[in-house]
Amino acid sequence: MERKTVFAKPEALTDALTHYCPGCTHGVIHRLIAEAIDELGIREITIGIAPVGCAVLAYNYFNLDFAEAAHGRAPAMATGLKRVQPDKVVFTYQGDGDLAAIGTAEVVHAATRGENITTIFINNAIYGMTGGQMAPTTLPGQVTTSTPFGRDVKLAGHPLRVAELIATTSGAAYVVRRMVTKPATIASAKKAVKLAFQTQMANFGFSLVEILSSCPTNWGLSPLEALEWVEESMAAYYPLGDYKVIDEVKSLK
Amino acid sequence: MAKGTIVIDEDRCKGCELCTTVCPFDLVHIANHFNAKGYRPSTLVDLEGKCTGCTLCARMCPDVAITVYREGA
Amino acid sequence: MAKILMKGNEAIAEAALRAGCEAYFGYPITPQTELLEYMSRRMVELGRTFIQAESELAAINMVYGAACAGARAMTSTSSPGFSLMLEGISYIVCSELPAVVVNVMRGGPGLGNILPSQGDYLQMTKGGGHGDYHTIVLAPATLQEAIDLTILAFDLADKYRSVVTIIADGMIGQIMEPVELPEIEPPKRPERPWALTGAKGRERNIITSLYLEGPVLEKVNLRLQETLKEIKANEVRYKEYMLEGAEIVVVAYGTAGRIAQTVAKEAREEGIPAGLFRPITMFPFPYDRLDEVAKSVEHLLVFELNAGQMLEDVRLATRDRVPIHFYGKMGGVVPSPAEVLAEIKKIASPQRGER
Repeated sequence: MERKTVFAKPEALTDALTHYCPGCTHGVIHRLIAEAIDELGIREITIGIAPVGCAVLAYNYFNLDFAEAAHGRAPAMATGLKRVQPDKVVFTYQGDGDLAAIGTAEVVHAATRGENITTIFINNAIYGMTGGQMAPTTLPGQVTTSTPFGRDVKLAGHPLRVAELIATTSGAAYVVRRMVTKPATIASAKKAVKLAFQTQMANFGFSLVEILSSCPTNWGLSPLEALEWVEESMAAYYPLGDYKVIDEVKSLK
Repeated sequence: MAKGTIVIDEDRCKGCELCTTVCPFDLVHIANHFNAKGYRPSTLVDLEGKCTGCTLCARMCPDVAITVYREGA
Repeated sequence: MAKILMKGNEAIAEAALRAGCEAYFGYPITPQTELLEYMSRRMVELGRTFIQAESELAAINMVYGAACAGARAMTSTSSPGFSLMLEGISYIVCSELPAVVVNVMRGGPGLGNILPSQGDYLQMTKGGGHGDYHTIVLAPATLQEAIDLTILAFDLADKYRSVVTIIADGMIGQIMEPVELPEIEPPKRPERPWALTGAKGRERNIITSLYLEGPVLEKVNLRLQETLKEIKANEVRYKEYMLEGAEIVVVAYGTAGRIAQTVAKEAREEGIPAGLFRPITMFPFPYDRLDEVAKSVEHLLVFELNAGQMLEDVRLATRDRVPIHFYGKMGGVVPSPAEVLAEIKKIASPQRGER
């Protein structure tokens, strides 16, 4: 009987083994982006911009033209790159330090300018690359290396809800929050990433997909426990949902 | 029900165990040996040919370590 | 060709357009805001890219992005904004991309004021941002020079795949002078094998400045240093005035250079053998030529609108083989020729006493 392949590595990913920790959802999300790119047939016209964070070496894993941005500046870089090449698909891939701390101005303004770029925002409530410090998205009470007694909102403030924030800008066309904790949610996240690229390709404006992700190493949890924490604790503070979907994007679905 | 099978690239596997939690037939387990990186990789244990090639394990895998095949059209 | 009267900031902007600048990203800051405003009109008229960015941080990174695509891109700012751009400039130079950055200097440090100054000399010529790098630094003293050097900047940026900066000051940005402009060039993007244009029919391109392994980063740095060596060998530019028989030579650039030219002339009229050495490339600094000049004079007078920054390079060039005097003004205060002439007279008077 004939045997056919029903699941294999997407073309838009290289063969490189990633440096990500066991169970880190960066790997899953990289794959979703690559699958979306393959399905849309846009590998040869897509350019990615890597952040400063664990995914700083993302360009080793995607079989795409790629640039490395300064910390937080990816949306500005993407803006310049896209404006002079409007026929290309340009996306940024950013963590919570990159996007919600040092790069907040750049993502807000790219959104409000309605830049036809896509931002994939990896929210894991911590700074992974630098060893587990508080992120703007760290939950109240969460222990990190810079909140050793648990995040005290009186001293360290409250976590930032990025999808809600970006959704308030008039230039944003598609802003959603998903997670990648099990096959069903992974499938939903992939659909969102694909629709975000389609939004860009139709020149409808700025798209952002916030994906609640795990960081087993810095949370001190096993990969499975970490995904459970995403579902139970993170999703409670950062509700999944569609925060902005303009009518034109609805018609793309 | 179609027959399927998976091939796990042991050298890509980091032993995160996420794939072992989603198989509807509980066919994916952590092996007893170590791979070259020192992780215990996952492995398919399918003596009764129950795998349907549903791809859930592959979709959970952060390391694209699993390739899934299905027999038939 | 007929001359037209233009304001410095606008002349620089128009020159950039004529050189085929495709993309301008900037942020308002006095005294260069007219450059941005002029671009906001002209770039849109020409169907090119203009963005008023949310900050200088964003502007320089937009330039970085556009440069990745192989487009001629520029930004302009003034001193505090240039400080913000240093990170981006460091990245662009390490990534070996072409870009042009104009700094119309104002009083500092800190928020300072909006008057002309040369307080960013060290920041601009010594790299300024982190790591081992330099940008080519071009110093116009007239608006015609500003136009010519802006056009040259784009060519040099392409030639060396690096950042070229224009070191101007508030005076040059604001004054109006008759100038000639070249014909307008449509933007052209030559074949650039390294550009991020989409991995079609080729291996993917990666533009980065991250090299985690020591020996690899070392290699990159050695390559950057080689480029600097080439730049130093090929791109030194300067102008000399009345050096024949000069005993006191003023070393000055930009607006200070203009004033010094008048001062040297007035000094000669009073019988003081003065001259002017005006560097045009502040990097690469004309060390060799200045040392040659120093060998045949009695004094050098470094005149800058700061506390003594180019002074360091003059001393480095000449190893103090002649007395090096300094006259500087800070705070954005621009001295009159008379004040500078008085300094020359002070230097000359011991000699005059001996005659």
